[in-house]
Amino acid sequence: MPELNILEAVRLGMDEEMERDERVMVLGEDVGKKGGVFGATEGLFAKYGAKRVLDTPLTEAMIAGAAAGAAIYGLRPIAEMQFADFVYPAFNQIVSEISRMRYRSNGTFGLPMVIRMPYGGGVHGALYHSQSNEAYFTSTVGLKVVAPGTPADAKGLLKAAVRDPDPVMFFEHKKTYRLFKAEVPDGDTVVPIGKADVARPGTHLSIFCYGLMRTFALEAAETLAREDGIEAEVVDLRSLRPLDTEAILASVEKTSRALVVHEANRFGGFGAEVAALIAEEGFEHLDAPVTRLAGPEVPGVPFHHNLEDWFMISPAKIVDAARALAAY
Amino acid sequence: MVAKETATTPPHVELGLTDDDVRAMYRQMLLARAVDERMWLMQRAGKIAFIISGQGHEGAQVATAWPLRPGQDWMAPYYRSIASAITFGMSAEDIVTAHLAKGDDVSSGGRQMPGHYGGAPYNIVSLSSPVGTQVLHAVGIAMGAWVRGEDVVTLTSFGEGTANQGEIHEAMNFAGVHRLPVVFVCENNGYAISVPLDQQVGGGNVAARAAGYGMTGVTVDGGDVLACYRAARDAHARARAGDGPTLIEAHVVRMTSHSSDDDQRRYRDPAEVEALKERDPISIFGDQLRGWGLLDEEVDTQLRADVKAEVNDASKRAEARPDPDVATALRHVYAEEQHDA
Repeated sequence: MPELNILEAVRLGMDEEMERDERVMVLGEDVGKKGGVFGATEGLFAKYGAKRVLDTPLTEAMIAGAAAGAAIYGLRPIAEMQFADFVYPAFNQIVSEISRMRYRSNGTFGLPMVIRMPYGGGVHGALYHSQSNEAYFTSTVGLKVVAPGTPADAKGLLKAAVRDPDPVMFFEHKKTYRLFKAEVPDGDTVVPIGKADVARPGTHLSIFCYGLMRTFALEAAETLAREDGIEAEVVDLRSLRPLDTEAILASVEKTSRALVVHEANRFGGFGAEVAALIAEEGFEHLDAPVTRLAGPEVPGVPFHHNLEDWFMISPAKIVDAARALAAY
Repeated sequence: MVAKETATTPPHVELGLTDDDVRAMYRQMLLARAVDERMWLMQRAGKIAFIISGQGHEGAQVATAWPLRPGQDWMAPYYRSIASAITFGMSAEDIVTAHLAKGDDVSSGGRQMPGHYGGAPYNIVSLSSPVGTQVLHAVGIAMGAWVRGEDVVTLTSFGEGTANQGEIHEAMNFAGVHRLPVVFVCENNGYAISVPLDQQVGGGNVAARAAGYGMTGVTVDGGDVLACYRAARDAHARARAGDGPTLIEAHVVRMTSHSSDDDQRRYRDPAEVEALKERDPISIFGDQLRGWGLLDEEVDTQLRADVKAEVNDASKRAEARPDPDVATALRHVYAEEQHDA
């Protein structure tokens, strides 16, 4: 098994899917010769040519809308938004068109397509290169939304997304791209959409997270075990829609305490859905209120490193929140 | 001798259309009009909730859809595209069924409002209500055909109000960059609901924008069916030859209010509305056919009677179809069979 970082895993996933199925194509800004601003598509242009690895104009609505048309035509497009922050011109296409096409056509037009988006802060990207805007999409019926936190999941979920008959929003936390390497199973290993992963078993409390937060939560869990004797269970949701409600409820049943962690701001964020699920269906297992640790209520990640550090979730912040929850 | 023959060749023959072709085009226009008028009656009778009309657009729609090859080419129409959809394969019954929102309506199974044409069996993309979104789908289909090296032309249509949407710019720019096989048809009827052309379109000329995208732009009189056909035929050929997209702006008339929820007397001069009758493409084309000796009163009366019978029959059958079952309302949110097709 090779050791890859998340960026390499995403790239290998696309490469293998393009190799396997000639209907798969990639389109986006600078995805061609340059190989993407983060390098996710590096090498694909040389291997598959300028049509299947298509540099588009700076037009996000076109990227999403043309991908939808190509999917109608029978292709399996992987569209790249250069940053999740730049997806909004495509919002009309994604929300009005892509999410609703199957329903509004009574099942006769499906859109097998993927929209990949680097998201998240901690990379000095400020207000417009750092957003965690997943909640706009998780609240949109008709889309699937995934956010892998490991190289194996990045590759395996990408393969699942490409093969899925429905549109999948694929969130890649850009700070995780080169953060660490880990083993990725060889060959055609698909990670099913809709299954959470218990990244670390524990007994005292559950931490629900995704993307970069998995890494931070695992680090926090080690500190909690070492310094406090608290055994935190880390549940990486991986797939936000559909959501693995069984895994969430099973973990709460085991630990009786739930901490939901995400980088996006708290109000109306994805954590609210997880908290509501636990409150409605796991209430009798709880020994403490469901707690959310989320980004602050400001419109974006501010630039200066002092300000960005203030904004960002960190392992230390998770440790503090977990201690308070354990002590309740 | 040669000169004399050329002088007497009817214009449709010069375009490669037979007598039967132009009579069939005329019949499609009559059929679209008859369906449209019937649905207004059904709306007044409370059977249809809403109607948005294509009356006055039929000539441009039939003519621009005429070169398309059913089962091979694609169409991404808009909410006035009754005649386009009928010309590209939808039946009168399909259209009435969709307007009645019946459970087995081919467009949406009763899920969409009237006027949201579409049908997978006909290669007609399902349409939504935010205007202009379908134009990007057309460009995407064309991109797919271009990537795969397949001989497919996609036609998409929209009004002059929609022509100002950002997505239209993005679509035309992209089609221009890669010379994609698309035919853009702007049906300019002078009004975006109530806002007239001079308050809507900077420069007043949609086709002129084509130059900025590196594509051919053509302005045609939507009352001149053969001029519309010529533009569409040439655009289709250009697309197939790899010579890129075409933007056709057809000046048509909107003979009705914007929709059944609108009253155009609030913003249109009665004299202007009255004068529209003289620009009715059906009257104009009928007169032309009579001038070429292809139509007389007897044939015209017979055609109209045929069309009326077809619409009567279509309406009867459509009304007898089942309403949607609430038990199906949760279906088709996602694919029902997860498969690796």
